[in-house]
Amino acid sequence: MTHLVAEHITMLYGLTAALQDVSLTIEGHEYVVLLGPSGSGKTTLLSVIGGFTAPTAGRIHIAGRDVTDIGPARRPTATVFQDYALFPHMSVEQNVGYGLKLRRVPAPARAAQVARALEMVGLAGFGRRGIHELSGGQRQRVALARALIVEPEILLLDEPLGALDLNLRRQMQDELLALQRRTGRCFVHVTHDQEEAMALASVIVVMNRGRIEDAGPPARVYARPATRFTANFMGESTAFSGAVAAPGVIATPVGRLPHTGATRDAEATVIIRPENIRADSGGGIPLGQARITEAVFQGAHYRVFAAAESGQRFNLRLPPSAMPRTGDTLTLSCEAHDLVPV
Amino acid sequence: MMARLSARTMTAAAYMAVCYAFIFIPVGVLVLFSFQSGDLPVPPLHGLSLRWYASAFNDGRLVDAFTNSIVVGSVSSGLSVMIGFMAAFGLARYDIPGKAVMRAVIMLPLAVSYLLVGMGLLVSSSALGLGPSLVTVIIGHVVINMPLAFAICQAQLGEHQRRIESAARDLGAGTFRVVFEITAPMIAPALVAAFCLCFTLSWDEFLIAYLNTRFDVTLPVVIWDLLRGGLNPETNAAGSFIFLVSISVMAIVELFLRRGRRS
Repeated sequence: MTHLVAEHITMLYGLTAALQDVSLTIEGHEYVVLLGPSGSGKTTLLSVIGGFTAPTAGRIHIAGRDVTDIGPARRPTATVFQDYALFPHMSVEQNVGYGLKLRRVPAPARAAQVARALEMVGLAGFGRRGIHELSGGQRQRVALARALIVEPEILLLDEPLGALDLNLRRQMQDELLALQRRTGRCFVHVTHDQEEAMALASVIVVMNRGRIEDAGPPARVYARPATRFTANFMGESTAFSGAVAAPGVIATPVGRLPHTGATRDAEATVIIRPENIRADSGGGIPLGQARITEAVFQGAHYRVFAAAESGQRFNLRLPPSAMPRTGDTLTLSCEAHDLVPV
Repeated sequence: MMARLSARTMTAAAYMAVCYAFIFIPVGVLVLFSFQSGDLPVPPLHGLSLRWYASAFNDGRLVDAFTNSIVVGSVSSGLSVMIGFMAAFGLARYDIPGKAVMRAVIMLPLAVSYLLVGMGLLVSSSALGLGPSLVTVIIGHVVINMPLAFAICQAQLGEHQRRIESAARDLGAGTFRVVFEITAPMIAPALVAAFCLCFTLSWDEFLIAYLNTRFDVTLPVVIWDLLRGGLNPETNAAGSFIFLVSISVMAIVELFLRRGRRS
């Protein structure tokens, strides 16, 4: 069953559009990550899904029901806020149990459910603590337990790991994934960190300037980005641009390259990821010679920047055994299927 | 270098001591002569005694006025905090046209002199045929103290608190429950502090109370009356007691505001 459908969502703040005709369909219980720079509209979209912001135009359907006109209280969503937004005057168990109290669950049943929820997020025995006695990671878990206990169809997470240090962030990523699998709920997670997005998502939605640039599984979005913006935002790449020489072929500084979908009389671009450029002539498509301008050792590989005499720049990776040095000349090639039209 | 620094420090310390002395010597003298065993609250100090405290606590007028002051202070402060909190919540959480104007109008009484508020109240209550009473004084104190309570509450209702309220709504709470189960308890330290601050201001407010009372009066009014009859250590004892109540309440304010800031 389609779980979340956003239809032509537009959100205007005065004259600026935070969201422009955004449509998105999520099938089943995915881990969706809304990824984009600040101001891309990802948080606004989350807010519209959660019912905190009414869109200027468009509809939201959750689990087959149109919820556009329903407030957050009656939507089958629950939110984990960026600063956790825990109730400071309540204990951990009161925080977690608040949603059940509002649903008039009797106290004994509530206590049992709260204990189970706290155990699920690894906070068994913390029920009586005050919020101020908890560390950042623990508060995060309380916020998760508080949201999950009401069994939402969709759990919304607004940059939930932003306030945590790197180690804790990695650990919480693993726990979020485990929680999503165990609860079988749809998670929609907002972040600006593409590594976090790739580590978590089963579907990445890349956003920019209030529009969706690309949506799909992380491996596809990384390897074959739909747009130039996605290509740049999801990692490094080398771009070859040139005029269309014939249908499906563009003339670039490194020679003629295949470009599916290139039409006549237009400038077109293909991109290639650094790990797909070969530093030998063994690939199907020769890319000419280039001189290394910079080689940065990164442990598992060298990050190498090179430039051809035509001015074309390259960004590639070489194994440590290649010992690249600035000034060395490389012969480059690649395979046709690694060139991605954008 | 060290010598010069310490000379400067000494000068600064001396300056500070003079300032504090200027502020506190009158209060110190008042309190000291409330323990006078002689008949006049002026030097020389004949000896220490609690007889004037005993006489103050046996003075029916003072005791009645004390009760009245407590009632006026509690009721007016309670109303001020309630109205101030509701106004602050409404203005902080809803998009209403003319918000800036409304805020300015709410804060305006702070700029109006107590004399004007007192006279205005006297004139209007007479025009309405109500005459002077403690109720009028309570209204006057709400007028002057509500803006303070409003300002204190407003400072506590920021974006962080808004998200906490959103979290409660998200879990299914309606506005009524959000206000009473989340917002008010969350900023309770500030509400208590606002109440205490309003109480101390009401506790020793004289002008409005004087203009709007006749037989049932508040403590400052009785003391002013006593002073007109001449100097008497009993007045000192009553004054010292008022001072004690004020600083106790202020200490509570400090305690709660500090706790609020820590959370």
